[in-house]
Amino acid sequence: MQDLFSKALSLVDLSGYSNLLLQGTWMTVKLSLLSFLLAMILGIFTALIKSSKNIPLSFLATCYTTLIRGIPDLVLMLLIFYGVQNWVGELTNALGWKFIYIDPFSAGVITLAFIYGAYFSETFRGALQAIPEGQKEASIAYGLSKVQSFRYVVFPQMMRFSIPGLSNVWQVIIKATALISIIGLNDLINAAVEAGKSTNRVFFFLIIAAGIFLAYSILSNVAFALLKKYFQKGVKEAN
Amino acid sequence: MLELLEMYWKPFLYFDGYSYSGFVITMWLLIFSVVVGFLISIPLAVARNSKYKVLSWSVASFTIVFRGTPLYLQLLICYSGIYSLTFIQDQTLLNQFFRDGMYCTLLAFTLNTCAYMCEMLAGALKNVSAGEIEAAKAFGMNRFKTYLYIIFPSALKQSIPQYSNEVIIVLHSTTIAFTATVPDILKVARDANSATYMTFQSFGIAAFLYLILSFVLFYLFRKFEQYHTAYLPNTQLSKGLFSTYFSPLKKK
Repeated sequence: MQDLFSKALSLVDLSGYSNLLLQGTWMTVKLSLLSFLLAMILGIFTALIKSSKNIPLSFLATCYTTLIRGIPDLVLMLLIFYGVQNWVGELTNALGWKFIYIDPFSAGVITLAFIYGAYFSETFRGALQAIPEGQKEASIAYGLSKVQSFRYVVFPQMMRFSIPGLSNVWQVIIKATALISIIGLNDLINAAVEAGKSTNRVFFFLIIAAGIFLAYSILSNVAFALLKKYFQKGVKEAN
Repeated sequence: MLELLEMYWKPFLYFDGYSYSGFVITMWLLIFSVVVGFLISIPLAVARNSKYKVLSWSVASFTIVFRGTPLYLQLLICYSGIYSLTFIQDQTLLNQFFRDGMYCTLLAFTLNTCAYMCEMLAGALKNVSAGEIEAAKAFGMNRFKTYLYIIFPSALKQSIPQYSNEVIIVLHSTTIAFTATVPDILKVARDANSATYMTFQSFGIAAFLYLILSFVLFYLFRKFEQYHTAYLPNTQLSKGLFSTYFSPLKKK
Protein backbone atom coordinates (compact mmCIF):
# COMPACT_ATOMS: atom_id res chain seq x y z
CA MET A 1 0.00 0.00 0.00
CA GLN A 2 2.73 2.44 1.00
CA ASP A 3 4.76 1.29 -1.97
CA LEU A 4 1.93 2.02 -4.35
CA PHE A 5 1.48 5.37 -2.72
CA SER A 6 5.09 6.44 -3.07
CA LYS A 7 5.06 5.22 -6.68
CA ALA A 8 2.04 7.37 -7.39
CA LEU A 9 3.78 10.28 -5.73
CA SER A 10 6.94 9.73 -7.75
CA LEU A 11 4.99 10.21 -10.96
CA VAL A 12 5.12 13.93 -10.28
CA ASP A 13 8.41 15.66 -9.70
CA LEU A 14 8.69 16.04 -5.94
CA SER A 15 12.44 16.81 -5.97
CA GLY A 16 13.19 14.20 -3.35
CA TYR A 17 10.52 15.29 -0.90
CA SER A 18 8.20 12.33 -1.36
CA ASN A 19 9.50 10.74 1.81
CA LEU A 20 8.81 13.83 3.87
CA LEU A 21 5.32 14.06 2.45
CA LEU A 22 4.76 10.40 3.14
CA GLN A 23 5.82 10.80 6.74
CA GLY A 24 3.55 13.81 7.05
CA THR A 25 0.63 11.88 5.60
CA TRP A 26 1.26 9.00 7.99
CA MET A 27 1.33 11.47 10.87
CA THR A 28 -2.00 12.96 9.79
CA VAL A 29 -3.56 9.51 9.42
CA LYS A 30 -2.25 8.39 12.80
CA LEU A 31 -3.44 11.56 14.48
CA SER A 32 -6.92 11.40 12.99
CA LEU A 33 -7.44 7.68 13.66
CA LEU A 34 -6.19 7.85 17.23
CA SER A 35 -8.21 10.91 18.14
CA PHE A 36 -11.28 9.44 16.44
CA LEU A 37 -11.05 6.28 18.55
CA LEU A 38 -10.45 8.16 21.80
CA ALA A 39 -13.23 10.63 21.00
CA MET A 40 -15.60 7.76 20.33
CA ILE A 41 -14.88 6.15 23.68
CA LEU A 42 -15.26 9.49 25.44
CA GLY A 43 -18.45 10.12 23.47
CA ILE A 44 -20.02 6.80 24.44
CA PHE A 45 -19.27 7.39 28.10
CA THR A 46 -20.60 10.93 28.02
CA ALA A 47 -23.73 9.80 26.21
CA LEU A 48 -24.33 7.06 28.79
CA ILE A 49 -23.82 9.56 31.61
CA LYS A 50 -26.15 12.05 29.96
CA SER A 51 -28.94 9.54 29.58
CA SER A 52 -28.42 8.16 33.08
CA LYS A 53 -30.50 9.30 36.02
CA ASN A 54 -27.58 10.70 37.97
CA ILE A 55 -28.48 14.39 37.89
CA PRO A 56 -25.21 16.05 38.98
CA LEU A 57 -23.15 13.87 36.64
CA SER A 58 -25.44 14.40 33.68
CA PHE A 59 -25.44 18.14 34.38
CA LEU A 60 -21.64 18.10 34.29
CA ALA A 61 -21.72 16.16 31.01
CA THR A 62 -24.16 18.67 29.52
CA CYS A 63 -21.91 21.54 30.60
CA TYR A 64 -18.93 19.82 28.98
CA THR A 65 -20.66 19.27 25.64
CA THR A 66 -22.26 22.73 25.50
CA LEU A 67 -19.09 24.58 26.41
CA ILE A 68 -16.91 22.60 24.04
CA ARG A 69 -19.25 23.09 21.13
CA GLY A 70 -19.49 26.82 21.71
CA ILE A 71 -15.73 27.43 21.63
CA PRO A 72 -13.73 27.20 18.40
CA ASP A 73 -11.47 24.15 18.22
CA LEU A 74 -8.33 26.16 17.56
CA VAL A 75 -8.87 28.27 20.69
CA LEU A 76 -9.38 25.12 22.74
CA MET A 77 -6.28 23.61 21.22
CA LEU A 78 -4.13 26.59 22.14
CA LEU A 79 -5.74 26.71 25.57
CA ILE A 80 -5.02 23.05 26.22
CA PHE A 81 -1.62 22.93 24.53
CA TYR A 82 -0.14 26.00 26.19
CA GLY A 83 -2.30 26.18 29.30
CA VAL A 84 -1.99 22.55 30.32
CA GLN A 85 1.72 22.61 29.54
CA ASN A 86 2.07 25.50 31.98
CA TRP A 87 0.13 23.69 34.66
CA VAL A 88 2.08 20.50 34.21
CA GLY A 89 5.29 22.51 34.39
CA GLU A 90 4.21 24.18 37.63
CA LEU A 91 3.10 20.86 39.06
CA THR A 92 6.37 19.12 38.27
CA ASN A 93 8.25 22.11 39.65
CA ALA A 94 6.27 22.01 42.88
CA LEU A 95 6.81 18.29 43.27
CA GLY A 96 10.46 18.52 42.32
CA TRP A 97 10.04 16.11 39.41
CA LYS A 98 11.70 16.19 36.04
CA PHE A 99 10.06 18.54 33.54
CA ILE A 100 7.41 16.76 31.48
CA TYR A 101 7.08 18.07 27.96
CA ILE A 102 3.75 17.50 26.21
CA ASP A 103 4.69 16.97 22.58
CA PRO A 104 2.42 18.36 19.85
CA PHE A 105 1.26 14.91 18.82
CA SER A 106 -0.11 13.84 22.19
CA ALA A 107 -1.44 17.34 22.79
CA GLY A 108 -3.19 17.09 19.42
CA VAL A 109 -4.68 13.69 20.13
CA ILE A 110 -5.86 14.72 23.59
CA THR A 111 -7.37 17.97 22.36
CA LEU A 112 -9.11 16.49 19.34
CA ALA A 113 -10.47 13.61 21.41
CA PHE A 114 -11.66 16.04 24.07
CA ILE A 115 -13.39 18.28 21.52
CA TYR A 116 -14.94 15.69 19.27
CA GLY A 117 -15.92 13.49 22.20
CA ALA A 118 -18.45 16.22 22.94
CA TYR A 119 -19.85 16.03 19.42
CA PHE A 120 -19.90 12.23 19.52
CA SER A 121 -21.82 12.26 22.77
CA GLU A 122 -24.65 14.06 20.98
CA THR A 123 -24.56 11.55 18.13
CA PHE A 124 -24.61 8.60 20.51
CA ARG A 125 -27.26 10.13 22.73
CA GLY A 126 -29.55 10.48 19.75
CA ALA A 127 -28.79 6.90 18.75
CA LEU A 128 -29.46 5.64 22.28
CA GLN A 129 -32.82 7.40 22.30
CA ALA A 130 -33.71 5.75 19.00
CA ILE A 131 -33.49 2.29 20.55
CA PRO A 132 -36.87 1.23 21.94
CA GLU A 133 -36.90 1.05 25.73
CA GLY A 134 -38.67 -2.33 25.51
CA GLN A 135 -35.61 -4.02 24.08
CA LYS A 136 -33.47 -3.08 27.05
CA GLU A 137 -36.21 -4.22 29.41
CA ALA A 138 -36.62 -7.46 27.51
CA SER A 139 -32.89 -8.16 27.65
CA ILE A 140 -32.90 -7.59 31.41
CA ALA A 141 -35.94 -9.83 31.71
CA TYR A 142 -34.05 -12.56 29.87
CA GLY A 143 -31.45 -12.44 32.57
CA LEU A 144 -28.70 -10.48 30.80
CA SER A 145 -26.60 -8.37 33.07
CA LYS A 146 -26.44 -4.62 32.48
CA VAL A 147 -23.09 -4.91 30.76
CA GLN A 148 -24.26 -7.81 28.60
CA SER A 149 -27.40 -5.98 27.63
CA PHE A 150 -25.31 -3.01 26.54
CA ARG A 151 -22.79 -5.16 24.70
CA TYR A 152 -25.21 -7.42 22.81
CA VAL A 153 -28.43 -5.46 22.49
CA VAL A 154 -27.83 -1.75 22.78
CA PHE A 155 -24.35 -1.28 21.35
CA PRO A 156 -24.85 -2.86 17.88
CA GLN A 157 -27.99 -0.85 17.30
CA MET A 158 -26.48 2.31 18.68
CA MET A 159 -23.64 1.95 16.19
CA ARG A 160 -26.08 1.48 13.35
CA PHE A 161 -28.07 4.59 14.23
CA SER A 162 -24.99 6.68 14.74
CA ILE A 163 -23.08 5.88 11.57
CA PRO A 164 -24.22 8.97 9.63
CA GLY A 165 -23.23 11.16 12.58
CA LEU A 166 -19.91 9.36 12.99
CA SER A 167 -19.12 9.81 9.33
CA ASN A 168 -19.89 13.53 9.54
CA VAL A 169 -17.69 14.03 12.57
CA TRP A 170 -14.93 11.94 11.04
CA GLN A 171 -14.87 14.24 8.03
CA VAL A 172 -14.56 17.19 10.37
CA ILE A 173 -11.79 15.49 12.37
CA ILE A 174 -9.74 14.90 9.20
CA LYS A 175 -9.89 18.59 8.49
CA ALA A 176 -9.28 19.56 12.11
CA THR A 177 -6.00 17.64 12.17
CA ALA A 178 -4.69 20.34 9.85
CA LEU A 179 -4.94 22.79 12.75
CA ILE A 180 -2.47 20.80 14.84
CA SER A 181 0.27 21.90 12.44
CA ILE A 182 -0.25 25.39 13.87
CA ILE A 183 1.03 24.19 17.24
CA GLY A 184 4.06 22.67 15.53
CA LEU A 185 3.26 19.07 14.65
CA ASN A 186 5.14 17.84 11.57
CA ASP A 187 2.06 16.66 9.74
CA LEU A 188 1.22 16.71 6.06
CA ILE A 189 0.71 20.46 5.94
CA ASN A 190 3.98 21.36 7.61
CA ALA A 191 5.77 18.83 5.40
CA ALA A 192 4.26 20.43 2.30
CA VAL A 193 5.14 23.94 3.48
CA GLU A 194 8.70 22.88 4.28
CA ALA A 195 9.17 21.13 0.94
CA GLY A 196 7.66 24.08 -0.88
CA LYS A 197 9.82 26.64 0.86
CA SER A 198 13.07 24.84 0.19
CA THR A 199 12.28 24.18 -3.47
CA ASN A 200 10.56 27.51 -4.01
CA ARG A 201 7.42 25.77 -5.20
CA VAL A 202 5.02 26.40 -2.33
CA PHE A 203 1.92 26.39 -4.51
CA PHE A 204 2.76 23.04 -6.08
CA PHE A 205 3.38 21.26 -2.78
CA LEU A 206 0.30 22.74 -1.13
CA ILE A 207 -1.82 21.51 -4.01
CA ILE A 208 -0.28 18.04 -3.58
CA ALA A 209 -1.20 18.16 0.11
CA ALA A 210 -4.73 19.21 -0.81
CA GLY A 211 -4.95 16.26 -3.21
CA ILE A 212 -3.86 13.87 -0.47
CA PHE A 213 -6.44 15.30 1.94
CA LEU A 214 -9.13 15.01 -0.70
CA ALA A 215 -8.20 11.40 -1.44
CA TYR A 216 -8.21 10.64 2.28
CA SER A 217 -11.67 12.05 2.83
CA ILE A 218 -13.11 10.36 -0.27
CA LEU A 219 -11.57 7.01 0.70
CA SER A 220 -12.95 7.27 4.20
CA ASN A 221 -16.38 8.02 2.79
CA VAL A 222 -16.16 4.71 0.96
CA ALA A 223 -15.03 3.00 4.15
CA PHE A 224 -18.01 4.41 6.01
CA ALA A 225 -20.37 3.18 3.32
CA LEU A 226 -18.95 -0.32 3.85
CA LEU A 227 -19.20 0.05 7.61
CA LYS A 228 -22.82 1.08 7.25
CA LYS A 229 -23.47 -2.04 5.23
CA TYR A 230 -21.87 -4.14 7.95
CA PHE A 231 -23.96 -2.70 10.76
CA GLN A 232 -27.04 -2.67 8.56
CA LYS A 233 -27.04 -6.43 8.05
CA GLY A 234 -30.18 -7.99 9.40
CA VAL A 235 -32.14 -4.81 8.79
CA LYS A 236 -34.44 -4.54 5.84
CA GLU A 237 -34.36 -1.15 4.19
CA ALA A 238 -37.51 0.44 2.87
CA ASN A 239 -36.08 1.19 -0.54
CA MET B 1 -6.64 38.83 35.12
CA LEU B 2 -7.88 42.36 35.77
CA GLU B 3 -4.61 43.90 34.58
CA LEU B 4 -4.83 41.83 31.46
CA LEU B 5 -8.36 43.03 30.82
CA GLU B 6 -7.37 46.61 31.53
CA MET B 7 -4.48 46.42 29.10
CA TYR B 8 -6.17 44.45 26.37
CA TRP B 9 -9.89 45.18 26.42
CA LYS B 10 -9.52 47.67 23.61
CA PRO B 11 -7.57 45.38 21.23
CA PHE B 12 -9.92 42.54 22.10
CA LEU B 13 -12.93 44.61 21.14
CA TYR B 14 -12.00 46.98 18.35
CA PHE B 15 -8.65 48.77 18.14
CA ASP B 16 -5.04 47.73 18.76
CA GLY B 17 -3.34 51.08 18.31
CA TYR B 18 -2.64 50.75 14.59
CA SER B 19 -5.76 49.28 13.05
CA TYR B 20 -9.05 47.63 13.85
CA SER B 21 -8.65 44.36 15.69
CA GLY B 22 -10.32 41.67 17.72
CA PHE B 23 -14.08 41.42 17.81
CA VAL B 24 -14.66 43.91 14.99
CA ILE B 25 -12.35 42.02 12.62
CA THR B 26 -13.86 38.67 13.53
CA MET B 27 -17.34 40.03 12.85
CA TRP B 28 -16.20 41.55 9.57
CA LEU B 29 -14.70 38.23 8.44
CA LEU B 30 -17.85 36.40 9.49
CA ILE B 31 -20.37 38.77 7.94
CA PHE B 32 -18.50 39.28 4.70
CA SER B 33 -17.85 35.61 4.01
CA VAL B 34 -21.33 34.50 5.02
CA VAL B 35 -23.15 37.17 3.02
CA VAL B 36 -21.02 36.96 -0.11
CA GLY B 37 -20.78 33.18 0.10
CA PHE B 38 -24.55 32.98 0.38
CA LEU B 39 -25.12 35.25 -2.62
CA ILE B 40 -22.73 33.24 -4.79
CA SER B 41 -24.19 29.96 -3.58
CA ILE B 42 -27.66 30.77 -4.96
CA PRO B 43 -26.84 30.53 -8.69
CA LEU B 44 -24.41 27.69 -7.96
CA ALA B 45 -27.12 25.69 -6.17
CA VAL B 46 -29.43 26.11 -9.15
CA ALA B 47 -26.62 24.99 -11.43
CA ARG B 48 -25.93 22.04 -9.12
CA ASN B 49 -29.46 20.77 -9.73
CA SER B 50 -29.33 21.59 -13.41
CA LYS B 51 -30.14 18.86 -15.91
CA TYR B 52 -27.07 19.80 -17.94
CA LYS B 53 -24.44 17.39 -16.70
CA VAL B 54 -21.54 19.73 -17.48
CA LEU B 55 -22.98 22.40 -15.22
CA SER B 56 -23.98 20.17 -12.34
CA TRP B 57 -20.73 18.23 -12.43
CA SER B 58 -18.52 21.28 -12.47
CA VAL B 59 -20.34 22.72 -9.45
CA ALA B 60 -20.22 19.33 -7.74
CA SER B 61 -16.47 19.08 -8.21
CA PHE B 62 -16.04 22.59 -6.83
CA THR B 63 -17.96 21.67 -3.69
CA ILE B 64 -16.20 18.32 -3.32
CA VAL B 65 -12.78 19.95 -3.50
CA PHE B 66 -13.64 22.72 -1.08
CA ARG B 67 -15.45 20.48 1.37
CA GLY B 68 -12.88 17.71 1.20
CA THR B 69 -9.84 19.77 2.11
CA PRO B 70 -9.14 21.67 5.32
CA LEU B 71 -9.94 25.37 5.34
CA TYR B 72 -6.51 26.00 6.84
CA LEU B 73 -4.91 24.45 3.77
CA GLN B 74 -7.12 26.54 1.50
CA LEU B 75 -6.04 29.65 3.36
CA LEU B 76 -2.39 28.64 3.03
CA ILE B 77 -2.84 28.11 -0.70
CA CYS B 78 -4.46 31.51 -1.08
CA TYR B 79 -2.00 33.35 1.13
CA SER B 80 1.40 31.77 0.56
CA GLY B 81 0.74 29.40 -2.33
CA ILE B 82 -0.70 31.70 -4.96
CA TYR B 83 1.58 34.56 -4.02
CA SER B 84 4.65 32.38 -4.64
CA LEU B 85 3.75 32.07 -8.33
CA THR B 86 5.82 34.48 -10.37
CA PHE B 87 3.13 35.44 -12.86
CA ILE B 88 0.93 36.56 -9.96
CA GLN B 89 3.71 38.74 -8.61
CA ASP B 90 4.26 40.29 -12.01
CA GLN B 91 0.77 41.69 -12.28
CA THR B 92 0.28 44.72 -10.09
CA LEU B 93 -3.37 44.14 -9.28
CA LEU B 94 -3.05 40.44 -8.43
CA ASN B 95 0.16 41.15 -6.60
CA GLN B 96 -1.55 43.69 -4.39
CA PHE B 97 -4.51 41.42 -3.79
CA PHE B 98 -2.62 38.30 -2.77
CA ARG B 99 -0.05 40.18 -0.73
CA ASP B 100 -2.75 41.33 1.68
CA GLY B 101 -3.59 38.75 4.32
CA MET B 102 -7.08 40.15 4.78
CA TYR B 103 -8.05 39.75 1.12
CA CYS B 104 -6.70 36.22 1.00
CA THR B 105 -8.56 35.27 4.15
CA LEU B 106 -11.80 36.71 2.86
CA LEU B 107 -11.34 34.87 -0.44
CA ALA B 108 -10.64 31.51 1.20
CA PHE B 109 -13.47 31.83 3.74
CA THR B 110 -15.99 32.97 1.15
CA LEU B 111 -15.21 30.14 -1.27
CA ASN B 112 -15.27 27.59 1.52
CA THR B 113 -18.57 28.62 3.05
CA CYS B 114 -20.01 29.06 -0.43
CA ALA B 115 -19.26 25.40 -1.17
CA TYR B 116 -21.03 24.23 1.99
CA MET B 117 -23.99 26.56 1.52
CA CYS B 118 -24.31 25.53 -2.11
CA GLU B 119 -24.73 21.87 -1.14
CA MET B 120 -27.21 22.77 1.59
CA LEU B 121 -29.29 24.95 -0.67
CA ALA B 122 -29.14 22.46 -3.54
CA GLY B 123 -30.50 19.78 -1.22
CA ALA B 124 -33.25 22.07 0.03
CA LEU B 125 -34.21 23.08 -3.51
CA LYS B 126 -34.59 19.43 -4.41
CA ASN B 127 -36.79 18.90 -1.37
CA VAL B 128 -39.35 21.54 -2.31
CA SER B 129 -42.51 19.53 -2.81
CA ALA B 130 -43.63 18.96 -6.38
CA GLY B 131 -47.15 20.08 -5.50
CA GLU B 132 -46.00 23.62 -4.78
CA ILE B 133 -44.23 23.85 -8.12
CA GLU B 134 -47.19 22.38 -10.00
CA ALA B 135 -49.50 24.82 -8.30
CA ALA B 136 -47.24 27.67 -9.36
CA LYS B 137 -47.33 26.41 -12.93
CA ALA B 138 -51.10 26.09 -12.80
CA PHE B 139 -51.25 29.74 -11.74
CA GLY B 140 -49.38 30.60 -14.91
CA MET B 141 -46.05 31.53 -13.36
CA ASN B 142 -43.02 31.22 -15.59
CA ARG B 143 -39.86 29.51 -14.41
CA PHE B 144 -38.18 32.65 -13.11
CA LYS B 145 -41.22 33.67 -11.10
CA THR B 146 -41.64 30.15 -9.75
CA TYR B 147 -38.08 30.21 -8.50
CA LEU B 148 -38.37 33.72 -7.08
CA TYR B 149 -41.71 33.44 -5.31
CA ILE B 150 -42.16 29.74 -4.59
CA ILE B 151 -39.05 27.60 -4.66
CA PHE B 152 -36.48 29.88 -3.03
CA PRO B 153 -38.61 31.09 -0.11
CA SER B 154 -39.68 27.55 0.66
CA ALA B 155 -36.18 26.08 0.39
CA LEU B 156 -34.59 28.88 2.39
CA LYS B 157 -37.11 28.57 5.20
CA GLN B 158 -36.52 24.86 5.45
CA SER B 159 -32.78 25.28 5.72
CA ILE B 160 -32.59 28.01 8.37
CA PRO B 161 -31.33 25.56 11.03
CA GLN B 162 -28.60 24.41 8.69
CA TYR B 163 -27.66 27.99 7.93
CA SER B 164 -27.46 28.67 11.63
CA ASN B 165 -25.03 25.76 12.01
CA GLU B 166 -22.98 26.92 9.08
CA VAL B 167 -22.70 30.47 10.38
CA ILE B 168 -21.50 29.20 13.76
CA ILE B 169 -18.97 26.95 12.02
CA VAL B 170 -17.70 29.91 10.01
CA LEU B 171 -17.39 31.90 13.23
CA HIS B 172 -15.32 29.09 14.69
CA SER B 173 -13.17 28.82 11.59
CA THR B 174 -12.38 32.53 11.51
CA THR B 175 -9.89 31.71 14.28
CA ILE B 176 -7.35 30.53 11.71
CA ALA B 177 -7.25 34.00 10.17
CA PHE B 178 -4.36 34.96 12.44
CA THR B 179 -2.09 32.66 10.41
CA ALA B 180 -2.50 35.17 7.59
CA THR B 181 -1.65 38.05 9.94
CA VAL B 182 -5.26 39.18 10.28
CA PRO B 183 -5.69 40.69 13.76
CA ASP B 184 -8.82 38.85 14.89
CA ILE B 185 -9.74 37.92 18.49
CA LEU B 186 -7.35 34.98 18.62
CA LYS B 187 -4.44 37.07 17.32
CA VAL B 188 -5.01 39.56 20.13
CA ALA B 189 -5.13 36.67 22.60
CA ARG B 190 -1.81 35.38 21.29
CA ASP B 191 -0.27 38.82 21.53
CA ALA B 192 -1.55 39.16 25.08
CA ASN B 193 -0.16 35.73 25.89
CA SER B 194 3.30 36.43 24.56
CA ALA B 195 3.42 39.84 26.26
CA THR B 196 2.19 38.78 29.71
CA TYR B 197 2.69 34.97 29.86
CA MET B 198 -0.82 34.71 31.28
CA THR B 199 -1.66 31.88 28.92
CA PHE B 200 -4.80 30.58 30.47
CA GLN B 201 -6.30 34.02 31.01
CA SER B 202 -5.50 35.34 27.53
CA PHE B 203 -6.91 32.37 25.65
CA GLY B 204 -9.70 32.09 28.22
CA ILE B 205 -10.92 35.60 27.37
CA ALA B 206 -10.88 34.69 23.68
CA ALA B 207 -12.77 31.46 24.38
CA PHE B 208 -15.34 33.37 26.41
CA LEU B 209 -15.85 35.93 23.63
CA TYR B 210 -16.36 33.19 21.05
CA LEU B 211 -18.72 31.35 23.37
CA ILE B 212 -20.88 34.43 23.86
CA LEU B 213 -20.86 35.14 20.13
CA SER B 214 -21.91 31.57 19.31
CA PHE B 215 -24.78 31.68 21.75
CA VAL B 216 -25.98 35.07 20.56
CA LEU B 217 -25.87 33.95 16.93
CA PHE B 218 -27.68 30.75 17.77
CA TYR B 219 -30.36 32.64 19.69
CA LEU B 220 -30.88 35.14 16.87
CA PHE B 221 -31.19 32.38 14.30
CA ARG B 222 -33.69 30.57 16.47
CA LYS B 223 -35.85 33.70 16.74
CA PHE B 224 -35.53 34.18 13.00
CA GLU B 225 -36.57 30.60 12.41
CA GLN B 226 -39.56 30.86 14.72
CA TYR B 227 -40.65 34.04 12.96
CA HIS B 228 -40.40 32.60 9.48
CA THR B 229 -41.77 29.13 10.09
CA ALA B 230 -44.56 30.08 12.48
CA TYR B 231 -47.31 29.08 10.04
CA LEU B 232 -45.58 26.09 8.47
CA PRO B 233 -46.89 22.66 9.44
CA ASN B 234 -44.58 19.88 10.61
CA THR B 235 -41.54 21.99 11.24
CA GLN B 236 -39.27 20.94 14.01
CA LEU B 237 -38.45 24.08 15.85
CA SER B 238 -35.28 24.15 17.79
CA LYS B 239 -36.53 23.53 21.28
CA GLY B 240 -34.03 24.88 23.74
CA LEU B 241 -30.83 26.79 23.54
CA PHE B 242 -28.93 23.56 24.11
CA SER B 243 -31.13 21.37 21.96
CA THR B 244 -29.76 19.00 19.41
CA TYR B 245 -29.93 21.73 16.82
CA PHE B 246 -26.86 23.27 18.27
CA SER B 247 -24.55 20.73 16.75
CA PRO B 248 -22.43 22.62 14.27
CA LEU B 249 -21.42 19.38 12.63
CA LYS B 250 -24.84 18.48 11.35
CA LYS B 251 -24.23 19.52 7.80
CA LYS B 252 -24.78 17.26 4.90
